[in-house]
Amino acid sequence: MAELTTGETFPALLEINARLRGSRPAIREKDLGIWQTWTWRQVREEVRVMASGLAALGLARGDKVVIIGDNRPQLYWAMVAAQALGAVPVPVYQDAAASEMQFVLDHAEARFAVVEDQEQVDKLLEIRVRCPRLEAIVYRDPRGLRHYTQPFLHSLAAIDAMGREHQKEHPEFYDEEAGKAKGSDAAIILYTSGTTGQPKGVVLSFDNIVKIARMSAELEGLSEKDETLSYLPMAWVGDNMFSLGQTYVTGFCINCPESSATVMQDLREIGPTYFFAPPPIFQNILTQVLIRIEDASWIKRRLFHYFMKVARRVGSDILTKKKVPLGQRLLYGLGELLVYGPLKNTLGFSRMRLVYTAGEAIGPDIFNFFRSIGVPMKQLYGQTEATVFVTVQPNDQVRLDTVGVPCPGVELKLDQSGEVLYRSPGVFKEYYKNPQATAETKTADGWVHTGDAGILDRDGHLKIVDRAKDVGRLENGALFAPKYLENKLKFFPAIKEAVTFGADREFATAMISINLEAVGSWAEKRNLAYTSYSELAQKPEVYDLIKAAVEQVNRDIAQDKDLAGSQIKRFLLLHKELDADDGELTRTRKVRRRFVAEKYADIIAALYGGKDSVHVEAKVSFEDGRSGTLKADLKIADAAVSEAQAPRALAA
Amino acid sequence: MSEAHRRRIGDVVLKVDNISLRFGGVRAITGVSFEIRKGEIFSIIGPNGAGKTSMLNVINGFYHPQEGTITWKGMPRKQMRPHEAAATGIARTFQNVALFKGMSTLDNLMTGRLLKQKGNFITDALYWGPAQREDIRQREVVEKIIDFLEIQAIRKVPVGRLPYGLQKRVELGRALAMEPELLLLDEPMAGMNVEEKEDMSRFILDVNDEFGTTIALIEHDMGVVMDISDRVVVLDYGRKIADGTPDVVRANPDVIKAYLGVSH
Repeated sequence: MAELTTGETFPALLEINARLRGSRPAIREKDLGIWQTWTWRQVREEVRVMASGLAALGLARGDKVVIIGDNRPQLYWAMVAAQALGAVPVPVYQDAAASEMQFVLDHAEARFAVVEDQEQVDKLLEIRVRCPRLEAIVYRDPRGLRHYTQPFLHSLAAIDAMGREHQKEHPEFYDEEAGKAKGSDAAIILYTSGTTGQPKGVVLSFDNIVKIARMSAELEGLSEKDETLSYLPMAWVGDNMFSLGQTYVTGFCINCPESSATVMQDLREIGPTYFFAPPPIFQNILTQVLIRIEDASWIKRRLFHYFMKVARRVGSDILTKKKVPLGQRLLYGLGELLVYGPLKNTLGFSRMRLVYTAGEAIGPDIFNFFRSIGVPMKQLYGQTEATVFVTVQPNDQVRLDTVGVPCPGVELKLDQSGEVLYRSPGVFKEYYKNPQATAETKTADGWVHTGDAGILDRDGHLKIVDRAKDVGRLENGALFAPKYLENKLKFFPAIKEAVTFGADREFATAMISINLEAVGSWAEKRNLAYTSYSELAQKPEVYDLIKAAVEQVNRDIAQDKDLAGSQIKRFLLLHKELDADDGELTRTRKVRRRFVAEKYADIIAALYGGKDSVHVEAKVSFEDGRSGTLKADLKIADAAVSEAQAPRALAA
Repeated sequence: MSEAHRRRIGDVVLKVDNISLRFGGVRAITGVSFEIRKGEIFSIIGPNGAGKTSMLNVINGFYHPQEGTITWKGMPRKQMRPHEAAATGIARTFQNVALFKGMSTLDNLMTGRLLKQKGNFITDALYWGPAQREDIRQREVVEKIIDFLEIQAIRKVPVGRLPYGLQKRVELGRALAMEPELLLLDEPMAGMNVEEKEDMSRFILDVNDEFGTTIALIEHDMGVVMDISDRVVVLDYGRKIADGTPDVVRANPDVIKAYLGVSH
C-alpha cells in the first residue's frame, strides 16, 4: 500500500503532498469541455497566493469565511487558504435560499464570503443589510457581475493579484501563519439542517478530519492512485471527508464536474475508483438502465435479461470471492464480456473498487443489481458529529439490512432505549455557540447520542431501525420501529406508502396505499377491471397481493429477535394515495405521522377494534385545487404471523 | 433597463428607410422606416400578418424589397444578400427552429463558425497542422458559448432529441457562434413555458450585456417585450404605427387600438 501523508493540518499536509507527489494530479475540473488538471505543486501555489490575497484583504486568525458554490477547485483552495491563516471555513449549501443563508452567516459571525458566481452574490447582497459583520464577498466567476460596483465585491482574480503583491512584500508571511495551526484547532464548521429548530454548527478540528481520513484510508486501502468525483454538496460532511480529508491524506485526485447537470457524463469520462452516492442516485441510474434496455433491440434485451439472471445467481458470490461452480463462473465471465462490462463502462463504473452508500435504507433491487454486476457497493453509517465514519461493512460481510461493524478506533454502544451511542477520534469539538445542545448530545466522557435507534446483531453488525424518538414498544414490551417496517413494505413495488401503528398497542398494524402504476399494470395482465384507485385498492385479488407482501415482511422480521414481536397482524388498503397536498406527507415525501394518526383515527380504531371493514368519508383535494368528498368501505385483512426463527446465514 | 446598460447604446448601426415589399398584389410592408442603434435591444411587435417576419427577412436579405434602402454599418444598398449579411455580422434564428436535427448540439454550433474558419484544401483534407489548430481555436469559441448558455449537459446529444425550449437555446447558440454584431431573433420564446421564457429573457439580456451584441427581436409575449426592450416598433398591416421606448409605445392609442385590442 502506498504511504499516507503525515501532517496534522491541511496546510501542513499540502506542503508534504507537494513535496512527496508534486507532479501527480491533485484536482481536475472540466472547463470548456476539457478536463483541466492541477498538480499538488500547483495547488500549493494556488493556495498560497489565495491565502496571501485574503490576508491582504484583511482576513485574520479566528475569522469565519463562508464558502458557497458547486464543487470548484478554487472553493476547495479557499478552505485551505483560510485554514492556513487560522480562519475557519464555513461551507453553506449552494441551493439554500437567501433567508436560510442569513442564519448561518449571522450565527457564524462570518466576515468574508468566497462564492462561485452571480447567483450566490445576489443572495448575499439581498441579506447583507441584516448581516452587518459581512465585510467582503469574493467571487470566482465574473459573468454578469460587470455592472456591480459595490466596493466590497472582489473577483478571485483580483484577490490573487493582491496575493502575489503581498507575497513579494511579506515572503515569510504564509509559512509563519500556516505553521501556527495545530491539530486541535477548529478546521471547519458545518451547519446541519436538523429536523427541528435552527441549524447547529458542528465544529470539527483538524484532528477529527485528518485522523478519521487516515483511519478510513487504511481500512479501505485508499492510495494516491485512486480517483473520485466530487459532486456532493461542499457543505455536507461527506464531501469534506472525501474531497478534502482523504485526498490530502492519501494524495488521490478529485474531479469536479462541469455542472450539476453533467454529473453522469463526467462520471463516465473519469471512471472513478472510489465513489459515494446516496440510494436515490443509484435508484435513478438503475431506472435509466432499465428504461434504455426496454428501448434496445430485442437481441440486446434478451442478452441483458439472460445474463442478469446469471448475475443475480452468482454475481455477489463472485464479488466476495466465494466458491462458485466452474460452469457458472464461465457463464458469468461471458456475461462480463457481453453485458456487465459494457454496462459498467457506459455508467463509468468500470474501475470502481470502493463504492459507499448511506443516508437511508437502500432497496434490495438496487443493491443486488449493482453488486451482482460486480460493483463493490457497501453501506456505511455516519454522522456529521462523528466526522462521517461510525460503522462500515467489511468487504466480505456486506449485507442489505445492516450498516456494518464499528470502524477501527470507534466504540459503539446502545443504551436501554435502544439509542446508538459512539465514541471516536472523530467526535466533534462542539456545536458552535451552543453549549446546551453540545451537552445534550455529547456526554462528559465523550460519548455521542446519535438520535438513531439500532440493534446489534450477533455478528456485531449494527442495524439502524428508526429515529430513536419514533421507536416505541408494544404493550407486551416488544420493540416497535415504525419506519423500519414501513421501509420493508415500501420495497415492494406494489406498495407506494405505508404507515404502521403499534406503540402501546397490543400488536402492530399497517395502513397501506398501493402504487397505482405497478398494481394497475398487474391488474391489467390479470384482466381485472377497475375504474378508480379506490376500487382497485378494494379488489380481493389486490388484498391477496399485498397480504403476501405483508407476510413476507413478517417472515423477515421474525428472524430478528428484537423486532420479531412487532409483526403486522392486521392491515388495510387506503382508498387514496397519501399526498402532500392533503398534508399527509411532507414535501420531501416523508409521512407526517402525528397528522395521519389524527386524520385516520377512525381507521386506526377499526384496525384494533376487530371489525372487518370501516366506512370512510374523506375530503380530498384534486390537483386543480377543487376538493370533493370520497366515500368508501375499506376492508381490513389479517396477516399471518411467523414464528421467530434462527437467523439465516450471511447474505453476502 | 438599468442605467448601466442604457449608457452602452451607441450610434445608428442599421437604418431601414421607406421599405416596401410586395408579393404580387399583396403588400407585406409599406413604407416602413426605423433605425437600430448599436448595443440596443430592439423589438418589432404587431398582430399576426403585420409583416414582422418579412421585415427581418428583408434585413438579412431573404426578401428583396421593391422600394427603399437599407443602410448597414454606413453602407446604403437597395437590398441585402443573405451571405453578405452573414459575412458582415448579421446572424438570426428562425420562428420554427431550423437546426440540423440529426447532428449534435456541438456540431450545430460548429456550423456557426464556418464563415470564420480559415484554411486551405490540402491541410483541411488531411486534418493536419494548421487545420487542426484552427479546429481547436473554433471549438474553443463554441465551448465558451456552450458554457454561456449552460448547455454542457447536451453537448453531444442529437438536437432532434431535445425538448423544444432547449432547441431554441441551441439555435441562439449557433447564431452567437457567428459572433454577430446584429442578432435577429424571430419569436425566440414562442411555445415556451414561463420558466423557459424567463431563462431565454435572461440569456438575451446577458448576450447584449456581455458581448455588446445589438439585438432585434420579434416576440408576441408583451410582458417580455416591454421588460427587456430598449425600443419598440409596432407594425400593423405592413405599416409602422408606433416607434419608441416601451412606455411610450404602451401609451400610444393607435397601438392599443390595433394591437392590444379594442372592442370592434
